[in-house]
Amino acid sequence: MSAKDRSKEGSMKAITANRLRDGEVVFLGEGGRWVESFAEAALFPRAEADAVLAPAKEKAEREQFAVDIYTFEVVEQDGVPVPATMRERIRTAGPTVRLDLGKQAA
Amino acid sequence: MPLIENGRIGEDAWSFIPDGEPVPNDRPVIISFERWQAERDSFEGRNARLGVRLKSGTLAGAIAADLDRFSLVAVEFAKFRDGRGFSTARELRERYGYTGEIRAVGHVIPDQYLYLVRTGFTSVEAPEGTNPDSWANALTEVTIAFQPSLDDTAPLSLLRRKLKVGQADVG
Amino acid sequence: MNHIAPGARAGIYHYDEIDRQFVAERVEQFRKQVDRRLSGELTEEEFKPIRLMNGLYLQLHAYMLRIAVPYGVMSATQLRKLSAIGRKYDRGYGHFTTRQNLQYNWIKLEDTPAILHELAEVDMHALQTSGNCVRNVTTDPFVGAAKDEVVDGRVYAEILRQWTTMHPEFTYLPRKFKIAISGAESDRAAVRIHDVGLLARRNEKGEPGFSFYVGGGLGRSPFVGKLVREWVAQEDFVAYLEAILRVYNQYGRRDNIYKARIKILVHELGLEKFTQEVEEEFARLRGPKYRLDPEIVEGIRKHFAPPPFEELPDHSESLERARAADPAFANWLAVNVAEHKAPGYAIATVSLKPAGGIPGDATCDQMDLVADLAERHSFGELRVTHVQNLVLAHVKKDELYDLWKQLDAAGLGSANAGLIGDIIACPGLDYCALANARSIPLAQAISARFADPLRQRTIGELGIKISGCINACGHHHVGAIGILGVDKKGTEYYQITVGGDPTLTTAIGDILGPAVTETEAVDAIEAIVDVYLANRSDESERFIDTLKRVGHAPFKERIYAAD
Repeated sequence: MSAKDRSKEGSMKAITANRLRDGEVVFLGEGGRWVESFAEAALFPRAEADAVLAPAKEKAEREQFAVDIYTFEVVEQDGVPVPATMRERIRTAGPTVRLDLGKQAA
Repeated sequence: MPLIENGRIGEDAWSFIPDGEPVPNDRPVIISFERWQAERDSFEGRNARLGVRLKSGTLAGAIAADLDRFSLVAVEFAKFRDGRGFSTARELRERYGYTGEIRAVGHVIPDQYLYLVRTGFTSVEAPEGTNPDSWANALTEVTIAFQPSLDDTAPLSLLRRKLKVGQADVG
Repeated sequence: MNHIAPGARAGIYHYDEIDRQFVAERVEQFRKQVDRRLSGELTEEEFKPIRLMNGLYLQLHAYMLRIAVPYGVMSATQLRKLSAIGRKYDRGYGHFTTRQNLQYNWIKLEDTPAILHELAEVDMHALQTSGNCVRNVTTDPFVGAAKDEVVDGRVYAEILRQWTTMHPEFTYLPRKFKIAISGAESDRAAVRIHDVGLLARRNEKGEPGFSFYVGGGLGRSPFVGKLVREWVAQEDFVAYLEAILRVYNQYGRRDNIYKARIKILVHELGLEKFTQEVEEEFARLRGPKYRLDPEIVEGIRKHFAPPPFEELPDHSESLERARAADPAFANWLAVNVAEHKAPGYAIATVSLKPAGGIPGDATCDQMDLVADLAERHSFGELRVTHVQNLVLAHVKKDELYDLWKQLDAAGLGSANAGLIGDIIACPGLDYCALANARSIPLAQAISARFADPLRQRTIGELGIKISGCINACGHHHVGAIGILGVDKKGTEYYQITVGGDPTLTTAIGDILGPAVTETEAVDAIEAIVDVYLANRSDESERFIDTLKRVGHAPFKERIYAAD
């Protein structure tokens, strides 16, 4: 990966999953609690995120709570943390073509 | 590992002998197909029953010429999603006329049991700790099939018939 | 219970007690499987193929449930149920797909057994709409109505629906398996981009038979299906397919998901060797057990008896008056209405592509309206097309104007079937977990740019097809203009191809040049259209014909001139 690519990535990461019973997008919040809003997601320094992910994933899978558990990059935009990729922005908000649906509608 | 037969946990008379270990002559054993290929002469004159275990990539044709030497063919599922074994069993029965036991080994799940039975398997080696109820239910929860199974001689009963509830529908 | 009453409808397969019992048992089976997953008895790895075989995916925001519409044909009662489910368990809409199915985007796993139970009340299910099994068989949306029809594809599609349902040998194939049947002179089912494409025809004696094309498909490596056998008699129809599937199940690659489709097997073995394997298997299978009994075929054909058409003159005076009086209707008539085999009747395409809209989406209110209109004007029956529209196949010419006015009032009256506004778009990154880029916003921008119905008609036949990733659910390879969304370091780009063709003259489009941004893509499409209009020999020369004649150069020059 070139230095240029790396500069585009955030310095922080968050952890996300889909809840097993309903598929809802969830984020790992403070104290290992899962939350539905990205605003409440805990942010981890890049280097530490994987160490947090492993036990959280193991626990969420063991308890049949969530699936597809992974970390994603977060960047700051106008002083607010936002997901770095379009995919994760869409997951945290909802479809860009239906602003009346998903978390953005709440 | 629990052996599933006719929807129930059954007694397993067979044991698999890993390559390189001595093969007992006084009881039914299963050997690998690779061992059979390498050491077939050493099984001349054997009285106790012999079974052979095929890896999931080994198709029925590979063992076809030697089928009369085996009372059991174990067909391995490397992953339960790898469905080659269903065709292997069907070919053993329909194309090569094999009438001995066909056993599913490796990774299979109860949700596949009905498919296994309908393609010609007679027994399944289930994973340790499996839920026996799930295997029992698997043969009774769907009682209708739209294609011929192995024992079916009627002209394309394709379009549906009731399965014999609760038991293997292989003759 | 609300089952479909035999005899009351046109062209609908009526479940009998055995069909019904089967679906009910499958619903209960899935209910238990969901319980076993939630309790942890089934791991996610084990549960995934099971839920997929019940049409349930996990997408970006929630689960997505894909309902089977067998060969794209359903009754008004069934559509009303789809609408009711959309309101109760989803968000008041549904999305019609290129596989002639319907999918919901906001489903909860724990609700799914209840939804399947409700579907079963109207003889519907979600079986085999996903997973590595034989999927819902698709066919011509004008089946049973088209003037150029030779063989009724529904009969054989229904036979395949039954034969492939829980097929014990072919439910864990290397990869998914899609079959399409066309029984008309024009191919409206894109048969040669399917794993198996069937052209039903008749021999000199009038007996039906099938040409088998195998190994077509889009995705990462697009292939046009190859002719494996010119003529398979009706009685061998199932045996031949069984032979193909057995060869595929044994020899298809399982080491690489991108090489697991049958198209790669046909390509790697070579057509000759593949055909030989199939023929050997077929020779063995061919026997009483696999013979398709004519009585079975006739029994199924009875379900698809023509509806009670009235004897009408082909010419409708009231239609002509409306055509003359209302230019917007006249335009819709010219674009969205096709010839019917019964005099005095016509086939009407209901566009789900309003300018600026989401291709294939319909609100539950719209579904209810179409159900009402189907009941009033088309013997209670309708179809879903692989270009994500709906079809009312048996409308009296006298009633077309009335029908159109009601459609138009509900935003369903766009006159763009087959035109540039009739865009296929996959759900893309707005919904889909596999996508790399969004598809819908680009489709919306293009259809808004070309909103003027008369401009669309002037441009003529020009299919735009958009996929948000290389899996090509939006059929971009066979779009006259195809657009593939790609992700370049976090930004969405779109790669444009031209010259694709989904009909019998199947062709895979060629990449025109480097990928462009979304805004540039809309301008590029307009530039392509301008170059076409400037170069076409006359109004009857279609875009793809002009492209063939003048080549890519003038198009490239215009789009990439600044580079």
